[in-house]
Amino acid sequence: MAVQALDAARLPIHWQKLALPAALIAVAYGLIPAYASSYLVEAILLPFLALSLAAVGLNLLTGYCGQLSLGSSAFMAVGAFAAYNFNLRVEGLPLAATMILAGISAAGIGVVFGLPSLRLRGFYLAVSTLAAQFFVQWALTKFGWFSNDNPSGVISAPHLTVAGFSLDSASGRYLLSVTTVIGLTAVVWRLVNSATGRNFIAVRDNETAARVIGVPVLRTKLLAFAISSFIIGVAGVLWAFTYLRTVEPAGFNLDRSFQILFIIIIGGLASIRGAFLGAAFIVVFPLFLSRLGAFVFGGLFDSGVLDMSQRIVLGALIIIFLIAEPNGLSALFDRLRRRIGSRSS
Amino acid sequence: MSYYDFLFAIEVLVGGLLSGVMYSLVAIGFVLIYKTSGVLNFAQGSMVLFAALTFVSLVERGIPFALSLLITFAVMVALGFTIERTVLRPLVNRSPMTLFMATLGLSYIIEGAAQLAWGTQVHGLDLGIDDTPFEVGGILISSFDLLAAGIAAAMVAGLSAFFYWTRIGLAFRAVADDQFAALAVGLRLTRIWGTVWTAAGFVALVAGLLWGARLGVQFSLSLIVLKALPVLVLGGFDSILGAIVGGLIVGASEKLAEVYLGPFVGGGIEGWFAYALALVVLLVRPSGLFGQKTIERV
Repeated sequence: MAVQALDAARLPIHWQKLALPAALIAVAYGLIPAYASSYLVEAILLPFLALSLAAVGLNLLTGYCGQLSLGSSAFMAVGAFAAYNFNLRVEGLPLAATMILAGISAAGIGVVFGLPSLRLRGFYLAVSTLAAQFFVQWALTKFGWFSNDNPSGVISAPHLTVAGFSLDSASGRYLLSVTTVIGLTAVVWRLVNSATGRNFIAVRDNETAARVIGVPVLRTKLLAFAISSFIIGVAGVLWAFTYLRTVEPAGFNLDRSFQILFIIIIGGLASIRGAFLGAAFIVVFPLFLSRLGAFVFGGLFDSGVLDMSQRIVLGALIIIFLIAEPNGLSALFDRLRRRIGSRSS
Repeated sequence: MSYYDFLFAIEVLVGGLLSGVMYSLVAIGFVLIYKTSGVLNFAQGSMVLFAALTFVSLVERGIPFALSLLITFAVMVALGFTIERTVLRPLVNRSPMTLFMATLGLSYIIEGAAQLAWGTQVHGLDLGIDDTPFEVGGILISSFDLLAAGIAAAMVAGLSAFFYWTRIGLAFRAVADDQFAALAVGLRLTRIWGTVWTAAGFVALVAGLLWGARLGVQFSLSLIVLKALPVLVLGGFDSILGAIVGGLIVGASEKLAEVYLGPFVGGGIEGWFAYALALVVLLVRPSGLFGQKTIERV
């Protein structure tokens, strides 16, 4: 298997593995637009899709390439504000082009803040990605140009139209979001199964060994930063344009970066499916906890208590997952499927 | 530059150096843990919050100052050993990144628990220290800052003495040097880690009291972790001396930059200036000014 993998330029594709994604895509385009309530779409599916995409992007960098980043939400912010400005300042730019340009802007900033990775590793790099977090947030608040001179730096989503069709309704935004996420996820899926994806993993596992077998380590790292930031930037566009519709730079703070990191820890590092499972968990879990809290403690469970207990439970889950299931929900899911499979056969 | 401009610059510099000591105070807690267990403890900031909040809440409930201090210290001891038992021991031999992410989770738990137990309102903390500035050669110096610097110096001296002249300090150094060798000669690693986390808890308590008296005891106290990180990067994660010097450099340059550079870019640069400074230093010296050269160069 290993020899075969080295021989082929790309790893073999296991077509049977595509059955589940295909089913999910059918649900995403068939059942959900037809039956989902607008609450489900607006409050759960739209944040879920944007966060999933951001987590896919971060997973590429942290899970596959091993470069820990604490600045993801800065790249989301770059994407969102770049899209806003491209749309505002370039007359008649199609939505798809806006999103791609926003992603490229985020990729550019990502490469700049990825440059320290050429010299730094581990914690020193993680801390330096914090520089991106604080600098971007500061620049977006400080310079009015980015938000078209809005006094508090707030931007609002423009009208979303594709080929003359308006996508401003909840279902329209959902379709835009789901299409973007599926498209980019497919690209990432091909990427991690390609020679480049194997280079990412080689750099993560042992940089010196990777260099010895001829992996261009520096280029690979910068490429990981660029692609990851591109995807996170587009996720930022989705977050700002399809989910919140009105965002300020403070919405892309350090807590958001940690949230995306937690998604990939809980979902599973180096797993695309993990990004989706983790995002679903992070979105649904606060709703679940507030219902549970209200049910058990009644009126005592106010929003302050909810907020704190949410932090505690989330923190505890991170530690429990790291100890008991380092590969996250994704591995849990696999084990469950194997158990069900062995019972039925 | 006139004489008064010069005096003003000196005043800014001294103020910056003294506030830098406050950063060092937080950074030392990180260094203690990093040196002995190779863990970058992101929860240090929330430990500061936890200690300060516990202390203030006890004092507000009418418990005498000294007793509150003692109880808070006992709580920090319990916290240190609980963390060793429930988080570090199950994660032994895992990658440093995994441990770092675990301390991220830990900081969420400690922050949440501290505020769930003691509430989220802002508490004032009066240590009975006079904060009237006094004048030395035409420069105003805050007496509170000076006292804080004195306490920090005493703590560093105490910690250094502890590391060099006590048996357990020797054990700490052995563990920091080589964990396997330390185990082989029969040192109880688990107990040592518990003690180290307790020591870090003590540092957090001191930092929490001083910072709490400065800013009021509230959630934002845990964010001083973000002030301490560039200090650590600058000084090297494993050097107490580096934490001190890094703190001084960050404090002084941050204040000078805010005064002389800030007006040109619209101010508010203290959020990221220290990080930019740390990055520049790192590009020249990839393991900080005083860190051990263990980082592999690429």
